[in-house]
Amino acid sequence: MLKSLLEVCGRYLILMRKVFSRPDRMSVFWRQLLVETEKLGMNSIAIVAIISIFIGAVIALQASFNLESPFIPKMYVGYMTRETMVLEFSSTMVALILAGKIGSNIASEIGSMRITEQIDAMEIMGVNSANYLILPKIVAATVFNPFLMLLSFIVGLFGGWLIVSLTGIITVSQYFDGLQLEFKPHYIIYSMVKMAAFSFVITSVSSFFGYHAYGGSLDVGRSSTRAIVACCVIILITNLVLTQLLL
Amino acid sequence: MIRASHISKSFANTLVLHDISAEFEPGKTNLIIGASGSGKTVLLKTLVGLHEADMGEIWYDDTLFNRLPFDRKKSMRKRIGMLFQGGALFDFATVEENVMFPLTMFTGQRYAEKRERVDFCLKRVNLVNVEKRYPAELSGGMQKRVGIARAIALNPSYLFCDEPNSGLDPNTAILIDDLIHEITQEYHITTIVNTHDMNSVMEIGDKVMFIHQGRKWWEGSNRDILYSDNRELNDFVFSSSMTKQFKALSNR
Ligand SMILES: Nc1ncnc2c1ncn2[C@@H]1O[C@H](COP(=O)(O)OP(=O)(O)OP(=O)(O)O)[C@@H](O)[C@H]1O
Ligand SMILES: [Mg+2]
Repeated sequence: MLKSLLEVCGRYLILMRKVFSRPDRMSVFWRQLLVETEKLGMNSIAIVAIISIFIGAVIALQASFNLESPFIPKMYVGYMTRETMVLEFSSTMVALILAGKIGSNIASEIGSMRITEQIDAMEIMGVNSANYLILPKIVAATVFNPFLMLLSFIVGLFGGWLIVSLTGIITVSQYFDGLQLEFKPHYIIYSMVKMAAFSFVITSVSSFFGYHAYGGSLDVGRSSTRAIVACCVIILITNLVLTQLLL
Repeated sequence: MIRASHISKSFANTLVLHDISAEFEPGKTNLIIGASGSGKTVLLKTLVGLHEADMGEIWYDDTLFNRLPFDRKKSMRKRIGMLFQGGALFDFATVEENVMFPLTMFTGQRYAEKRERVDFCLKRVNLVNVEKRYPAELSGGMQKRVGIARAIALNPSYLFCDEPNSGLDPNTAILIDDLIHEITQEYHITTIVNTHDMNSVMEIGDKVMFIHQGRKWWEGSNRDILYSDNRELNDFVFSSSMTKQFKALSNR
């Protein structure tokens, strides 16, 4: 068990060494980077926005239901919504959702290229297939996804405002007072850094599983499932470590 | 020239190639024939370095290919073209982009130049008006031909074809065979072709190697096959009663 875990880690590191080398052709790399940014980042905007608006609204509702004590000012609803979004939801939860969306996409794309010998065909030509296929994905997601975190945060607060103004559980000005209460801007940076780290995990780990797919289409499916599970576990552990280190 | 000496290859505990030595000469179409599962694909992939040989040496002219460090191997590879048994076309790219791929990666050519080369290669394999289509929109035979076009795009010195004409109708099969034969002679390429098509053997087999259960069993020219008394070879080549009669006649 431990031995096979170490073996997998070793193979992952070897793959990463192949990935992080100078691209055979820089102009091709930049073009691929744009393509991947659209595929992995832009195309996730909608799902992140939808989920965040609902979660922001629900957090505001929950907070107001559970803050019944007259000694706690109502504006804490806004405060709690903001803190929950910025500290965990917009980074960790969104990353877990993205692990399902782009992780499975990457693992099955690379996996099917592996089993149909497209990767071998690249290698035969002298192209560093790992670098050509994987590096643009890692760079695209690691650079772009922190902005998805930002988006999620803003949209989540908007969701809270929406539910507050629709239901009138507290006044809108109380909500806004809460949003500004003891606001620490560096939390946003912290959360964006976390998101960058998670995005690296998602893209590199799922590429690893796809790249080592073996056999037929069944195994492509299997490796994309394994990729998601592995990504989620690693994200949760990374979250723990980063929270300890950065806060 | 490609020279293999004492190559062995096994997967897990099954030995697939046993101690194979062979020479493949430039300007000649070297065929590897053998029954399904005899190890042709594994041999070809071992020769190009997609499988690591357990033992033995593989020489490309005077370079010991299978011991080269990664980056030197990489630069050798630009001189290798390979057609895979399944085509292995990039399904994210159109036909034009597929054939252009090696040009884009390894030459600094402008689009117009690359385009010209792509047109030339596609014409060479008798494909017209398919540049903008994706591999999934082509028939199996068309995919094979695009695969060949891509393999010859960079004017390789070494060309490997894994069953270039399996699954093609007899006319197209002959066309592909002739094409491979022609470019081999024209550009003095060292060409190695896997096949189990007897037509190809008779048409273009300058040099033929017969593999049986992972061993080199017989070697000679296509004419020699008619007169060989190697039992496994005869069983393989003259499997139908018609061809048996043909052999009986020619030996008379
Ligand atoms: N990656 C692999 N792992 C394990 N065994 C393999 C692998 N590739 C091939 N083999 C085994 O090696 C043997 C030879 O396979 P190979 O693909 O070379 O046959 P072939 O001569 O090309 O047959 P065909 O004409 O059907 O293509 C087979 O018994 C196969 O099971
Ligand atoms: Mg084969």
